[in-house]
Amino acid sequence: MTYLLEQAANGVGGTDGLLFWTFAILSCVGAIAVVATQNVVRMAFWLVVSLGSVAALFFLLHADFLGAAQLLIYVGGTVVLLVFGVMLTASGHTIKVQTSPAETLLGSGVGLILLCVLIFSVGSVDWKDIAQRIPAAGDSPAVVDAREDVRLSEAIASAATPEAKSQAEQAQAEVQARRQSGRTIRQLGLSFFGLRPDRNLNQPANQPLATGYLLPFEIISIHLLVVLIGAAYLARAKRRVTPGSGTDL
Amino acid sequence: MNGPLAVMTLENFLAECLKSRADSVTVGLIAFLSAALIHAALLLGLFGGLPVFYIWLERKVAGRIQDRLGPTRVGGKFGWLQTIADGIKLIQKEDLVPKDADSLVFRMAPYLAGIASFAAFMVLPVSDGWMGVAAECGAFLILALMSLEVLGIILAGYSSGSKWALFGAMREAAQMVSYEIPMAICALIPLLIAGSLNLQVVGKMQSGGLWNWFIFHDPFAFLAFFCYFTVATASVKRAPFDLAEAESELVAGFHTEYSGFRWSIFFLAEYASMFAVSGIAVLLFLGGWETGFVVPESIAGSLRGWEINLPFVPGQKFGLGTYIANLVGAHVFVIKASLLVTLQIWVRWTLPRLRIDQVMTTCLKYLVPISCFLFLGAVLWPLILASTESGRPVLFGPAAKSVASVQSTLSAPSVGNDSSTIAQGGSEVVR
Repeated sequence: MTYLLEQAANGVGGTDGLLFWTFAILSCVGAIAVVATQNVVRMAFWLVVSLGSVAALFFLLHADFLGAAQLLIYVGGTVVLLVFGVMLTASGHTIKVQTSPAETLLGSGVGLILLCVLIFSVGSVDWKDIAQRIPAAGDSPAVVDAREDVRLSEAIASAATPEAKSQAEQAQAEVQARRQSGRTIRQLGLSFFGLRPDRNLNQPANQPLATGYLLPFEIISIHLLVVLIGAAYLARAKRRVTPGSGTDL
Repeated sequence: MNGPLAVMTLENFLAECLKSRADSVTVGLIAFLSAALIHAALLLGLFGGLPVFYIWLERKVAGRIQDRLGPTRVGGKFGWLQTIADGIKLIQKEDLVPKDADSLVFRMAPYLAGIASFAAFMVLPVSDGWMGVAAECGAFLILALMSLEVLGIILAGYSSGSKWALFGAMREAAQMVSYEIPMAICALIPLLIAGSLNLQVVGKMQSGGLWNWFIFHDPFAFLAFFCYFTVATASVKRAPFDLAEAESELVAGFHTEYSGFRWSIFFLAEYASMFAVSGIAVLLFLGGWETGFVVPESIAGSLRGWEINLPFVPGQKFGLGTYIANLVGAHVFVIKASLLVTLQIWVRWTLPRLRIDQVMTTCLKYLVPISCFLFLGAVLWPLILASTESGRPVLFGPAAKSVASVQSTLSAPSVGNDSSTIAQGGSEVVR
């Protein structure tokens, strides 16, 4: 925990740091505004700001797939459905959310407990140990790659032999390719089939593959499909609709 | 500098130019910021410039279809400057907010729609290596970004405090939530053929002639293109699916209460989105930035890699051949996408608007099952084909080879590097 605080005090420098602090502050402001406003539609707007900023933080960490999923599922899916639901059901008094003191007390109590859990779990991890295992401690992959790029440029300029130069150029090409794309897709896809980069690579060939995520994923998909069909069945109109008459929407 | 993209990035170039003048941190920051600004300005030019042309085209095509002349006065014989004149008129108008409107959301909603539409341009490659953000999951990301535009429309309709706008927004929400499903499934078919979510890889794989375009890959992909284009037309709320603004019943739908600049942002977003969905169609089905003819493609291919020395910065080379090939490619891409936009305009002025229940029926009862069937067919097609040709099933026969060749040049080394790093990390954990 103290290590994290030290790191935060030192700050993340450069453009990466600038972007990080912008989006971190935006996501916090959005989250606080969601709680502070009383109008459901404004809450949805602030939710978009907050969730979008979190997606931007994912992009900053080169987790492109996670960022895109965050945008698609939370901003494009959940918030749209939330506003859609409000539009279909709201009538005056439900748009303004007024909380009673008991609800405020209960809500803030649950929130505080959750905050304690988060602080406790963040504090119980030895971040220094983890940071030492990751190259160039504390920095995001974007910063690490940018530094590596600059270092390799210098290596190319000062290379003595043509072999060393071409080697450095190849390494730089890889770093630049990495700088331009989030690199998570292939690993995600392989993990589905049980080829987990964190478990199976550099292991003896006769070792069995780790459990893939494909079966759990499919089970969840079928489960969601069942829920969808069930919801459609429960919500369908019980009255008989004469064919050909348009429903007013 | 022969990186995988065969061109030096603008950021590195600016850093090289500035190197002798200041210390490295400032140079990095200045180079990054100026490169970001230049790229953003280029994209913004595309985002702002194309709708100006399309709005003029819309008026002209509408005029011709209705046996009129369309704009003829402003800017010479063909009324070229009509959109500019419209824009100047719109900027001058008063910025109204109705009394019943939720002022903050009402003011912000057009920007939400505009930003979502612009963000889609960031990941759209216009040529081999010419894109704002080279994301490995580009196709997924662009679909996610396109789905955000609807939020601006819904919030606009809801916050207007008008029943017309509310009805427009509700229709839009219902329509979008349904049409996103067949759109994603149809887009999945060419991605399945390519075996990659990277739009640049998808575009590259379709080079080498018309027959390599994914629309001609198999009958299911051929039908999927038409299914995708129908759904895409609906997803940018163009006639016959423009229920959100149905002017014959809802005054102007979701933008009834908007005026002036904010109103024009909605239209900018709409026309830009038309280009974006058409661009996705071109990239996924119609060969991307390639002309489809062997000779021009081989000429462009031979140009790539030809470098000249830069006059002002000693020791730096500029890939002029690559630049020219990319410029031609970008033009081919924009022309192809513009043809699809013209098709959307043509459809708008020749087909009557559907009713909302017909729109929902079209999607849920026809387009979703059709797209699911096409997806299933596209999955089974290579297996059937391979088993009849060679007697053994080969997963995605010819495509598998081209995936391997493209990926080995693009990212295989970096993947190898990654996995070894991760494996090392893992072994250290074990230790």
